[in-house]
Amino acid sequence: MSASDIHIQDHHAHSHDHDHEHEHHELPWIRQYIFSEDHKIIAKQYLISGILWAIMGGLFSLIFRIQLGFPNADLSWMKPVLGEWIQNGKLDPEFYLAMVTMHGTIMVFFVLTAGLSGTFSNFLIPLQIGARDMASGFLNMLSFWFFFLSSVVMFTSIFISTGPASGGWVIYPPLSALPQAMSGSGLGMTLWLTSMALFIVSSLLGSLNYITTIINLRTKGMTFDRLPLTIWAFFITAIIGVLSFPVLFSAALLLVFDRSFGTSFFLSEIYIGGEALSNQGGSAILFQHLFWFLGHPEVYIVLLPALGITSEIVATNSRKPIFGYKAMIGSILAIAFLSFIVWAHHMFITGMNPFLGSIFMFLTLIIAVPSAVKAFNYIATLWKGNIIFTPAMLFSIGLVSFFISGGLTGIILGNSAIDIQLHDTYFVVAHFHIVMGSASFFGMLAGVYHWFPKMFGRMMDERLGYIHFWLTFIGVYIVFFPMHYIGIAGFPRRYYSWTGFDAFNTFADLNQLISIAAILVFFAQFIFIFNFFYSIFKGRVSSLNPWRSNTLEWTTPINPGHGNWPGDIPHVYRWPYDYSKKGHNEDFIPQDVPFSQTPHSNFPHEKDSQE
Amino acid sequence: MQQPVDSSEFPAYTRPEVVNSKVMILGLFIVTSIMLFAAFTSAYIVRKADGEWLLFSLPAIFAYSTAIILLSSVTMQWAYTLVKKGEINKAKPVVAVTFILGLAFLYVQYLGWGELVDMNVFLGGDSSNPAGSFVYILSGVHAFHLLTGLIYILIVLAMLFSGKITKEKSLQFSLCTIYWHFLDLLWIYLFVFLLVNN
Repeated sequence: MSASDIHIQDHHAHSHDHDHEHEHHELPWIRQYIFSEDHKIIAKQYLISGILWAIMGGLFSLIFRIQLGFPNADLSWMKPVLGEWIQNGKLDPEFYLAMVTMHGTIMVFFVLTAGLSGTFSNFLIPLQIGARDMASGFLNMLSFWFFFLSSVVMFTSIFISTGPASGGWVIYPPLSALPQAMSGSGLGMTLWLTSMALFIVSSLLGSLNYITTIINLRTKGMTFDRLPLTIWAFFITAIIGVLSFPVLFSAALLLVFDRSFGTSFFLSEIYIGGEALSNQGGSAILFQHLFWFLGHPEVYIVLLPALGITSEIVATNSRKPIFGYKAMIGSILAIAFLSFIVWAHHMFITGMNPFLGSIFMFLTLIIAVPSAVKAFNYIATLWKGNIIFTPAMLFSIGLVSFFISGGLTGIILGNSAIDIQLHDTYFVVAHFHIVMGSASFFGMLAGVYHWFPKMFGRMMDERLGYIHFWLTFIGVYIVFFPMHYIGIAGFPRRYYSWTGFDAFNTFADLNQLISIAAILVFFAQFIFIFNFFYSIFKGRVSSLNPWRSNTLEWTTPINPGHGNWPGDIPHVYRWPYDYSKKGHNEDFIPQDVPFSQTPHSNFPHEKDSQE
Repeated sequence: MQQPVDSSEFPAYTRPEVVNSKVMILGLFIVTSIMLFAAFTSAYIVRKADGEWLLFSLPAIFAYSTAIILLSSVTMQWAYTLVKKGEINKAKPVVAVTFILGLAFLYVQYLGWGELVDMNVFLGGDSSNPAGSFVYILSGVHAFHLLTGLIYILIVLAMLFSGKITKEKSLQFSLCTIYWHFLDLLWIYLFVFLLVNN
């Protein structure tokens, strides 16, 4: 009697499941691929938008690199595209500044924040912690569409006749506050602020979801000390975002009031054409304090996910446990904490109290310690590893290289006495493009190469990946390394033209080399883009676990559906870095394998906990 | 051991939630608001230390608005206990009173702005000073938050009438109560801050 009851229930449950299957297939196309609440689709939406923005941001940098490398060239050939911005074969100086501003804004926010965190936090958090989806699929969808809206507004601003915002991505007032200051500070700046407000909303919605999901929806056995380092990095990144983006919002809001409602938060004693403006009592430095309270943590919002991705890829492809797992977590926490108390090192030359400057200098230099821990641990993981050079692995090693070479100049710049000399020269440009820009960009590329099989069920072409890597890696150093020399010589950044200064003419050839290399690196990225889109449709079909990795995402089907696992979610019994464990017949043991199944490789303390 | 967490759509989330996800998302949202106002009030302190600061005393009317919003928090809590006891019909008028108190608060804030203007303390324009502008910004951004709280109360009230909130299903009501208390505390913080720093 009871047996048949169970049988009936089973049958019922089964048909129930089947109904649901059916329901999912009938989700209208628009809900499945456009307004989707599935974290994997949202991740891909972020990735594709990130790629489109990266092409645009890269293209803008070429425009101003051509101006810098070939200041006397006739640029009328760009007239069909740039129109009025080319006058008598010369680039309009204000348009040059607009391009610099847009390049910075797009790369920092749209590519390396939304494109990186948006893609990999969304894609990997549920898959690696063993969850069906994000805590709130709806908020997640909202997050992407706010980003989309923000993108549309920013994109529109590029095409208006007065040009987009031109005061630098840091939008310091009074330049950004007064439409009289430059043409980009009119409508272009308004659109910039609107776009960034939407962007902040999007970023916060995303972060709320990431934090909640990681705390709440981990599968059984997935304790915090068994989380993959990717998840730790995304978790801390989201916390930094929640704490710092509202501060940028406050700065932007006060700036909006200064621009449109006649307040004087940031404006005081300004004369235009000999006429004094009525604004009294504001402080431009105040804006910098507010801006850099976001601005500095933003560096780590950009970099930490890339470091997390690297930890995972380096351990997997060295076939060794990550060296110093807990030290890695500790250094992420330390970096995150310190990131909030070093902002004024961007402001050493603002006339800030030198005593305050020395405190910020001290705190800044401390960041070298956890950063060095990370660099050391990557190298120690690689040391004597059974290294497999997949494209993802190469890009990860490239990241470690940039992290070290760019980080070293950070120690130099962190000293206030040296910074006063080097501030606003190309030395700073070299520093942050290597340690933040290129390192994060490499982390993103490494992540795409590594998780592409999980995203699209197919493999990317390895040979094209190698070509892409070597061109980009060497290219990045050719582009940014000479900038150190130019910077030490005092070459100022943001200048449209240096031909008026005889002292800098000796650097003309170096500038030309940088520009040519930048053009080559830009076009090398199309190898990747071709590889990416070609492999989505025509790539070799992937196996279940192509990198023989331990984390949970590789226990899902090759093309995971909505809900990720068709049956129950796997339980987790061990940390994610059991590679090349002595006594086991394979060189990896996935997280969902209980200790009871690996009796020969267990350490004495490793037993399945009694449930 | 296996406890479903989100919907019944899939077989078994294998682990219960630590804190209800919606409560946590609201909590984190509140953290972002706190950071926003922390930024404003730090900016206030930093700017004030620079000097050239207009001195004026905060109009007394802001003490009344503070009393009103405090009272609204009390009524909201009262409604919450009623809902928890299952006395939905009694809770409806109390929620309505909270809503009206919220509106009254906004109105008194508006009167307060009027008094500031009478004192020649302006948001913007030729004779404005950041000291005055900050009062408008702080109370204004808070008022905007309060507006979202009022909309939330209306939604919750509608759910009370349509029977979507019951003794057993009172999560939305809890969330609304938490949010409303936060808005109350936020204003008290701003009020004390402005009193101390003016």
